[in-house]
Amino acid sequence: MPKNEKRMPGPGGRMAGGEKAKDFKSAITRLMEELNKYKILITISFILAVLGSILSISAPSRLSKLTDEIREGLIINQHNLEIISKKSAQNLNEETLKNVLPKVLSIKLDEKTIGEILTSKNINNEDKLIFKEILESIKKETDQIKKLYLLGKIPASIQKIIIPDTTYENMQITSAEKIELLTSISKNIKNIKLSKNMQKIVFDEILIDGVKISEKDQYEFIKEMSTISKNDKVEDIYAKLDKMPKSIKKVVNPTMNIKKIKQISLFLLCLYICSALFTYIQSIIMSTVSNNFANNLRGRISNKINKLPLKYFDKHLSGDILSRVTNDVDTIAQTMNQSLVSLISSITLFLGTIIMMFHTNWIMALTAIISSLIGFIGMILILKNSQKYFKQRQEELGNLNGHIEEIYSGLNVVKAYNGKEEADKKFDKYNEKVCESNKKSQFLSGLMQPIMMFIGNFGYVAVCIVGAMLTMNDIITFGVIVAFITYVRLFTSPLSQIAQAMTSLQSAAAASERVFEFIDEKEMSKEVEKTHLNKDKVKGEITFENVSFKYDGNEKPTIKNFTAEAHPGEKIAIVGPTGAGKTTMVNLLMKFYEINNGDIKIDGISTKNLTRENIHELFTMVLQDTWLFDGTIKENIIFNRKHVTEEEVKKVCKEVGLDHFIKTLNNGYNTSLSDNDSVSAGQRQLLTIARGMIENSPFLILDEATSNVDTRTEELVQEAMDKLTKGKTSFIIAHRLSTIKNADLILVMNEGNIIEQGTHENLMKKNGFYAKLYNSQFEE
Amino acid sequence: MIKLMKFFNKKDILNIIICIIFVIGSVWLELKMPDYMSEITILVQTEGSKMKDILLNGGYMLLCALGSLICTVITGFLAANVSSNFSKKIRKAIFDKVENLGMQEIKSFKTSSLITRTTNDVTQVEMLIGMGLHLLIKAPITAVWAVTKILNKSWQWSAITGIAIIILLSVIAILIKIVVPRFKIIQKLTDKLNGITRENLTGIRVVRAFNAEKYEEKKFAKINDELTETQLYNQKKFAIMSPMMYLVLYGVTLTIYFTGAYLIKDALMIDKLTIFSNMIVFSSYAMQVIMSFLMLAMIFMILPRAQVSANRINEVIDTNINIKSGDFDGETEIKGTVEFKHVSFKYPDADEYVIKDISFKVNQGETIAFIGSTGSGKSTLINLVPRFYDATEGEVLIDGINVKKYKIENLMNKLGYVPQKAVMFNGSVNYNVSYGKSNKNITKENIKNAIDIAQATDFVTKMDKSYNSIIAQSGTNISGGQKQRLAIARAIAKNPEIYIFDDSFSALDYKTDATLRKELKKYTKEATSLIVAQRIGTIMNADKIIVLDKGKCVGKGTHKELLKSCKVYKQIALSQLSKEELENA
Repeated sequence: MPKNEKRMPGPGGRMAGGEKAKDFKSAITRLMEELNKYKILITISFILAVLGSILSISAPSRLSKLTDEIREGLIINQHNLEIISKKSAQNLNEETLKNVLPKVLSIKLDEKTIGEILTSKNINNEDKLIFKEILESIKKETDQIKKLYLLGKIPASIQKIIIPDTTYENMQITSAEKIELLTSISKNIKNIKLSKNMQKIVFDEILIDGVKISEKDQYEFIKEMSTISKNDKVEDIYAKLDKMPKSIKKVVNPTMNIKKIKQISLFLLCLYICSALFTYIQSIIMSTVSNNFANNLRGRISNKINKLPLKYFDKHLSGDILSRVTNDVDTIAQTMNQSLVSLISSITLFLGTIIMMFHTNWIMALTAIISSLIGFIGMILILKNSQKYFKQRQEELGNLNGHIEEIYSGLNVVKAYNGKEEADKKFDKYNEKVCESNKKSQFLSGLMQPIMMFIGNFGYVAVCIVGAMLTMNDIITFGVIVAFITYVRLFTSPLSQIAQAMTSLQSAAAASERVFEFIDEKEMSKEVEKTHLNKDKVKGEITFENVSFKYDGNEKPTIKNFTAEAHPGEKIAIVGPTGAGKTTMVNLLMKFYEINNGDIKIDGISTKNLTRENIHELFTMVLQDTWLFDGTIKENIIFNRKHVTEEEVKKVCKEVGLDHFIKTLNNGYNTSLSDNDSVSAGQRQLLTIARGMIENSPFLILDEATSNVDTRTEELVQEAMDKLTKGKTSFIIAHRLSTIKNADLILVMNEGNIIEQGTHENLMKKNGFYAKLYNSQFEE
Repeated sequence: MIKLMKFFNKKDILNIIICIIFVIGSVWLELKMPDYMSEITILVQTEGSKMKDILLNGGYMLLCALGSLICTVITGFLAANVSSNFSKKIRKAIFDKVENLGMQEIKSFKTSSLITRTTNDVTQVEMLIGMGLHLLIKAPITAVWAVTKILNKSWQWSAITGIAIIILLSVIAILIKIVVPRFKIIQKLTDKLNGITRENLTGIRVVRAFNAEKYEEKKFAKINDELTETQLYNQKKFAIMSPMMYLVLYGVTLTIYFTGAYLIKDALMIDKLTIFSNMIVFSSYAMQVIMSFLMLAMIFMILPRAQVSANRINEVIDTNINIKSGDFDGETEIKGTVEFKHVSFKYPDADEYVIKDISFKVNQGETIAFIGSTGSGKSTLINLVPRFYDATEGEVLIDGINVKKYKIENLMNKLGYVPQKAVMFNGSVNYNVSYGKSNKNITKENIKNAIDIAQATDFVTKMDKSYNSIIAQSGTNISGGQKQRLAIARAIAKNPEIYIFDDSFSALDYKTDATLRKELKKYTKEATSLIVAQRIGTIMNADKIIVLDKGKCVGKGTHKELLKSCKVYKQIALSQLSKEELENA
């Protein structure tokens, strides 16, 4: 049984990621040792990752500053506003009105004028009456303002007379201007209307931040301000501000420090570019390292295959080794490429963010961390739960796929035995199970992303609310909230990345365990070449002396005390029922396995003193399994041998009767075997024979080499072989006894022993095991 | 892909519609959140705001987040349901189809390809639906909705976002253009690498015998280097992706803020605050828009792969079933006769006939054998009886009735078929021998008896649990000869009118072969046997032997007759036995 069970290479296998290393720590340690070569590059890449993370962390605080700078553009210059209000109001206060206005107005209210008015024919009696009443009130009134107020109520016809055009401080002030002022005062003191000249008289120029605010602007400012009532909203106030004269807007409106904003933006841009550059360089380095490492591992596995004793392959499925070359190495490379660095940068990001958050504001930091943690606990619970459904899904899918494979490959039997209903029933059962576990695992894996989103949003809201509270209490600026919004994002993403990287590291550990287990597997014993046999000078004598051999894990020996002799040029046949140990004999002869006891000698020299390479040089071997590789016919025949001419290839093909067939193919000898189904099993076997025949070695081994060829063709091949084997010592293992009748020596094996030996005639006469075996083919 | 949509039933469509509604819901809620965010921003900015208002808006925002979470979870649940049911149905449809395909179609697809179509390809499509359904609905809705939300806020910012999207999409498009073809190359190289390793492993003896270790290693190293180079090239190009994405995302925020500063500076006082909160909100909407475009791009990346799978699935589903069941129930008076009347067969696109104009008849209890070199059409001929293929010309009659007229189930009940390659199912020995509906009412006694006749009792009883021992899938835990014997036992257990042995004795040694046939003959006196064989010994005692050469019948008769009359037969016989032996036998 294989030590490692074949892993189901089903789709989504990696997604499940449920695989765990047997010994995580030592597997990782080993991996690190192997990576020692790339120490410098990996360190650089780690440093870049850390730098990149630090840059990412420092960005939000800059962004927060930028926001604060921009926000400056929203805040009115309260200070200046107050100054203007104060100064302009000072000018327009009662004192000014009391002292200045009467002088400016210079109202003629002497007895003579009053008399003239009262007697004037141009004024109607009604006006005169009102005038009289007001006069009475004015006389009683002591308050100067109220006097003005009353004056404004005097009918217009009379006002013209009592208010003349005058000059005040070299300014001509018309009667009409004065009347306008008085009327506005009488209506509502707040809506006082001042003419240009009057403004100049009332207001004094103000100078704020180097900006001159003219009398007119002040007048307009006062007028706008006077319209503000307690019920006005902020927007209304802003709207009024927008209507203010330019000089006032200039000093009151928010000012932005554009220079600083430009500075911060430029700095941020550099930061982002650097960060991106670091990430880019880092991932290029890691790609190079991981790919070279994978290349190295694959190469080592491939070389290892040829250094392992054959017995290793008895216990291990080729699929298992294959999956180490591709899947496992890929897993390691991928983890190195993506997870390793992301682990480093995530940890940096995570720690850095925490530090920065606490540095900025600890209340906000706690808010962000706690709100994220709540979500993460939930996520971990789901993750743990979902793991089992993933496994279940893999299993169910494995079952279903197994069933499909079974039914498809045995479809003729399913049909012939009316097994369809049963197959359907089973299929439906498995299909339903896959569907159910699919639903669960898909649903659960789909949960991760929205939960992550929610955690992000939750943190966002929490930060906003707490931030708002703090901002309103003037503990933090608004920019801090903006920074924390980014911090929350930075904080939540590395956590899930760390989790992901850890699972990926787990499977990488498991994979590297398998890869290194293979690479560290015990190799064939090192050989010291004591003697070398020259291929061209070997006579061709082989002796087996009390050879015993037992497969690892078997209780009974496969070969027991085997002794035989083969002389130069002889044709030795080994026959016997399946499991008698025929192929084992060949394996020993080729030194694929080490014998336990006894000795095999070539030309009297123990094979123990020869290298495997030397022995292989001496033998030509053709096996039952037609082994052809992905390549052209010519390539397959020439194989690894150099200096083989096309003529030679054609010659052997002619001899095994393949030449005609090959010529019918589209590309002749250059036809690729991989995509050509027209080459039958028998023809494939002939190709392997041709391959063997090209080599001119003193020994020949044919292990059921013609089992797939029909008997007529076999005869042809036999003839060719006989020509070829002339003078060579050959070993032939055959199922069909007809093939070996003319052998010089037939070794009949049963249960690991040679129970009979001799020529065909001898053995038939003996009427023993061989004769029985032979005659059974004619039995009724 | 669209063609496969017919596998959605009303319930699925309803589910998808509900999905869409919930996706719209979640998008609405997600896009609502920045509004609350903007509210909060304004509240924080303005003096005299009440904490209550901030909490209220925060609460709404949280509700939105929670609502969106719930919507997404429900969508995920429905999508998982839809995609799982979908893949279940497709898988079933392919399975049903394959079960009913003739050998001819199966050959043209190849069994291994059919298996991957039913397993991997379906999983590919399922993955697209599972992941894609959500993305495919969500991405465009989010994109369009978010765009409308921000479009009238500021043309400057919209332009920035637009440029960012264009940059990102063009980078992705260029990358895809460069990288995707190389992905295919990588897949091919990986396959090649696998192939070389497999080659080395399966041919390990040959490789070592030829001292070709270095040769193989060199071959491996060449592909290995090529693979590494291509992969490295791809990864290096791809490395640009993620930093680029982040740069653009952050860059967009920065640019929005930067232009925002100018916009605010030049704005009227009354508009400043609105622009500021818009700026904050816009940058988060812009992220949404860009993200949804990225999602769309991702769909376009996985779509082609699923499309290939979908096409492969459709190819199977659209294949016509050429072999249709008749309606004859199979009760005949004559039993055990097989007759071929001028039967010819050729593959639809082929020029040459595989078998041409074959006629013969066997009666109950007789044995007919077919012999000929590889490729002479023996197997094809015998496969016409259980209708694995249908004759192109001529008629195949069983018990006087054309096989096409039988209900397939009833036809099969008459036949005991043993294939060239023994088929074993994962299950006990008993299960394997009593396999199928035809063998349903079989007793334990019958099974034992069948196993005994098939000369399998010996090894079966030696197994751990004897008759209840589990045989692994495709019988990997027993040898070829053992498999063949159990396959024969299966046919015997069925006790059919007609046995068909398609080279079923090849893995047995002569002795077992001989005893088995002797026992079988005793037991099946009434039954007719059709035997395809390579060995003369196996067939020389048949009542009738048909010698095939290149699809044509070149000899018909008994062993003795043929030795005299048929040159091909004589050649075959002489290649296996000596003259004396032939005469003595």
